[in-house]
Amino acid sequence: MRLKLEARPEPSHAMKYVSPLIAAVLTFVAGFVLFSALGRNPWNAFHAFFVQPVDDLNGVAELLLKASPLVLCAVGLAVGFRASVWNIGAEGQLTAGAIAAGWLALAFPETESVLLLPAMIVAGALGGMAWAAIPAFLRTRFNANEILTSLMLVYVAVLLLSYLVHGPLKDPQGFNFPQSKEFHEAALFPYLIDGTRLNASVFVAAAVVAVGWWFMMRSFGGYTMRVAGLAGSAARYAGFSATRTVWLGMLAGGATAGLAGVGEVAGPIGQLLPSVSPGYGFAAIIVAFVGRLHPGGIVLAGLLMSLLYLGGESAQMTLDLPSAITGLFQGMLLFFLLGADVFINYRVRIVQPMRGATAPAGV
Amino acid sequence: MQRNRIRKTLFALFAAAALAAGATASAQEPLKVGFIYVSPIGDAGWTYQHDQGRQQMEKALAGKVTTKYIESVPEGADAERVIRELASNGYGLIFTTSFGYMNPTIKVAKQFPKVVFEHATGYKQAKNVGIYNARFYEARYLAGIVAGKMTKTNVAGYVAAFPIPEVLQGIDAFTLGMRSVNPKAETKVIWINSWFDPGREREAANTLIAQGADVITHHTDSPAVVQAAEEKKVYAVGYHSDMSKHGPNATLTSAVHLWGDTYTKLTQQVLDKKWKSTSIWGGFKDGMVDIAPLNKSVPKDVADLVAAKKAELKAGKLHPFQGPVKDQAGKVRVPAGQAMADDKLAVLDYYVEGVQGSLPKK
Repeated sequence: MRLKLEARPEPSHAMKYVSPLIAAVLTFVAGFVLFSALGRNPWNAFHAFFVQPVDDLNGVAELLLKASPLVLCAVGLAVGFRASVWNIGAEGQLTAGAIAAGWLALAFPETESVLLLPAMIVAGALGGMAWAAIPAFLRTRFNANEILTSLMLVYVAVLLLSYLVHGPLKDPQGFNFPQSKEFHEAALFPYLIDGTRLNASVFVAAAVVAVGWWFMMRSFGGYTMRVAGLAGSAARYAGFSATRTVWLGMLAGGATAGLAGVGEVAGPIGQLLPSVSPGYGFAAIIVAFVGRLHPGGIVLAGLLMSLLYLGGESAQMTLDLPSAITGLFQGMLLFFLLGADVFINYRVRIVQPMRGATAPAGV
Repeated sequence: MQRNRIRKTLFALFAAAALAAGATASAQEPLKVGFIYVSPIGDAGWTYQHDQGRQQMEKALAGKVTTKYIESVPEGADAERVIRELASNGYGLIFTTSFGYMNPTIKVAKQFPKVVFEHATGYKQAKNVGIYNARFYEARYLAGIVAGKMTKTNVAGYVAAFPIPEVLQGIDAFTLGMRSVNPKAETKVIWINSWFDPGREREAANTLIAQGADVITHHTDSPAVVQAAEEKKVYAVGYHSDMSKHGPNATLTSAVHLWGDTYTKLTQQVLDKKWKSTSIWGGFKDGMVDIAPLNKSVPKDVADLVAAKKAELKAGKLHPFQGPVKDQAGKVRVPAGQAMADDKLAVLDYYVEGVQGSLPKK
């Protein structure tokens, strides 16, 4: 007897809801074993991971603050991913957006104009789009694989930022350390709740989710993109432009990643640093898929991912777990979540050993 | 109006909770001391040395303190959250051990005036934020002397992270030390634009070796350079920690950071309620830097010379940047009879004579 994974004739509706439960149970069991083996009380560990980070107002604010860039990037990426446009370079587009917005903030150090922040938001989105346009152009013009070009441009963007904060944008009063001046009031998102760091950039994220939902679920453009992703030749037959699909997919990801970059530099960071993101652009790829490329799912996945980051810290703080273990636990959870989704499109069959000519019985 | 009131109420609630949390930490309880690390502790390197310092302090003040560390906290937006988390959980003294934590530390310190913060390697102080750093370049100077005596090709290789003053101090002091005993020797530098990237560190080391360097050193965080030297059978000078276990034959010595005494001293001051915000920049004299035991391949006369120079550094009789110091163009930057002043040293942005190549342009 052996197990066989077999494609379902159509995706299982029940499994769409059951698979996260399977993942939760697996995570719970594996976490129980892991934490017990390390001599920690598993209940305390789960508490530290999932409850403690959000047990006060500040925690909730931090959760939203951390989820914003992840959700922003993931929504834009999902537009492309649905059409099989594989933009892996959101991290670079985020950085490009941060550079564009930061440059603007530093170019007008005196202004108190309320237009500065909106201008930075636009500049950030355009910066991200410009960066994403390069792989889009290379793909549509020369058929260069956008996975590679967008990924490699991440390093270019990060090096460009590094050059700028070591050189032209370096704080002249900064003892030659690689960072810009701190932004002034007019270049920062206003705080929403006193005593926390939650700022108005969450509204940008919320707006992007709404627009993303409308585009992917309700618009004709979103429909053509979905068709292009599901069946490329059918899309071509229907007259949907493949070039347009690539451009739309890449630019959507670039724009939202650029917005995420603005949210970071005009939010909790408040200046340009050699690195403005701890890998949000890459983590957003996971968020997009855990959220099943659906804006609603992405919001949930972004919140979960953000909770895992915060939980990792509180586990270090209260349980003295090394960061490697918290990373292991986070990875495990995401693996189970993505892995369990296999059951939506596949089912497990138990195959009896063949005896003579008897065909195996179906399950 | 309504929204504003809700906001105010929420804030009042939050403030009350914070006050309550602060009030429960009474004087009798041990002082909670927090440490924030930029990388995992590992078994050598920048963070490892800070953690050694933490352990030494905890042992020295056993019973009077409890310590906690959070590792792998990225510089940037996350740091402020973690620092604040410690501050709001009753920690009375918080060490933030990487340059990039500077602005977050200052921001959090404003909101927690009762908590004492100590930030490593930055330049911003506040009433409750002190800063501390070590004169790593002093140990570099001694390591340079060893390298100058041991090199056959008269080329030393230097794998460096970012062209900031601290790194340039190291490159220049190493070169000055090397040329004080071997005026023909020169230093080649490769910048890898990362503090920690074992792959690129190793690649850079191999390139330097291929270009004729027979002593290589690094201002990066992994033992990769030392390991590369061990494989290629050339000499190495380790950094941060004693790297000899990563290259038993290659490692001539290492320029080592020592934070334990400083941590003990500062924590004791906080315990005694005598702490005041200061700026510490200590070297051999203060026990904040040292060089690891020399490799047995180093001849006795070299070892004696190094010991003598070390004693001079300790006594304050020797300054690595003693004039005349010339830059690459031959221009005298520090005239004879003077030593480079601290304010010049802190913003150092040029190579001294004897370093090949040019600095990354601004």
